[in-house]
Amino acid sequence: MENIKAIIEALILASEVPVVLEKICLVLPEIEKTQIKETLDNLMAEYNERAGGICLQEVAGGYQFRTRPELGHWVKKLKGTKPASLSLAAMETLAIVAYRQPVVKSEIESIRGVDVSYLLKGLLEKKLVRIVGRKDVPGKPIIYGTTKKFLEVFNLKDLSELPTLRELKELNEPQETSEELSGS
Amino acid sequence: MFMNEEQTTDYAIKLDIFEGPLDLLLYLIKKNEIDIYNIPVALITEQYLQYLKMIKSLNLDLAGEYLVMASTLIHIKSRMLLPEPEEPEEEEEDPRAELVRQLLEYKAFKEAAANLSQRPILERDVFTRAAFLPEEIEKLPPGEEELIEVSIFELIEAFHRLVTRIDRKELLEIDLEKMSVTDIINDILERLSNEKNLTFEELLGERKERWRVIYTFLALLELIKLKMVKAYQTSAFGVIRIFPAVES
Repeated sequence: MENIKAIIEALILASEVPVVLEKICLVLPEIEKTQIKETLDNLMAEYNERAGGICLQEVAGGYQFRTRPELGHWVKKLKGTKPASLSLAAMETLAIVAYRQPVVKSEIESIRGVDVSYLLKGLLEKKLVRIVGRKDVPGKPIIYGTTKKFLEVFNLKDLSELPTLRELKELNEPQETSEELSGS
Repeated sequence: MFMNEEQTTDYAIKLDIFEGPLDLLLYLIKKNEIDIYNIPVALITEQYLQYLKMIKSLNLDLAGEYLVMASTLIHIKSRMLLPEPEEPEEEEEDPRAELVRQLLEYKAFKEAAANLSQRPILERDVFTRAAFLPEEIEKLPPGEEELIEVSIFELIEAFHRLVTRIDRKELLEIDLEKMSVTDIINDILERLSNEKNLTFEELLGERKERWRVIYTFLALLELIKLKMVKAYQTSAFGVIRIFPAVES
């Protein structure tokens, strides 16, 4: 068989979305999953060592080629586009959803101290936030969570890669955790 | 009164950057180099109310939340003024505790948001190969494929795509034909009873005048709201198909 590393590299390049390990395994059924994972790690290390314009990144549970972050402004020049950036308020709302999910609007509002309906709508439209379900309390409020696109946009492998909240630890509040919610 | 002189300078510039009452409080705490665990409530309340006055005098819309916070501050201030009981029966909580908790929590998320913004963000700092998004995925016979319920946003996007495509063809249009959304609703229902499902474009048929597209879209939204039809697609960016909802 040809070089496995080369095959995997080709698969990642040819994919429009981050390729998950399982999908590579489907293409290469005769190769052990652990071996594929190992090859992926090697490949990532190679790209890192080379320190070129391309990075092999783990995002949203898969693997994807991305340009090196330091080179961003060059690529932007090429594309000539200005990315639609989120307002401070939208970022705060998104951060609360990301860390507190599954979360309902009233919880977000009690943290931010202001109405967030408009901001949530914007985040839903941008597909960074999604409706996860409805909470089983009076009024059946909508439960929000982040999307896969959120992970892709913020270059996150998964939610556990979010840095831990610093000051919340100091609070040590028992009511910290809201009731566990079903549906994810 | 004692802080008036130094206060007046930075009002105007700072006003619009506050994200809410908690943000304003954090700003005041930072500005006065106050220990967040030991807030001098009288001082902060006074400065806070001055800001509110400023906002009002500028005729800016004041969110109700700012006033709620003002009353909370005044309430805390008054509680702090009460003499402490000689023998506290049970350990009384500092009247500021809840506010401090809220401030710390908000501050933590503010920082988390700042951290998120500093990550290598897609299309800002990092780029992937441009994804190829086919304008319309081939028509698939429904039934064999897994169907995904279409979200309202996708429906609106589909509508938008259609309208922009039509607008390219006809820029000027004068139409005197009269039809109501109700007529179109009836028309859609009738056609759906004959055929199992229809795409949005098929619903329009050959007559793609702008008003008809808009009316059809409105009719569709109404029907979906009334749960008389359902919109499905087989994949993201796929063709949206309208199915009659099974009546019980």
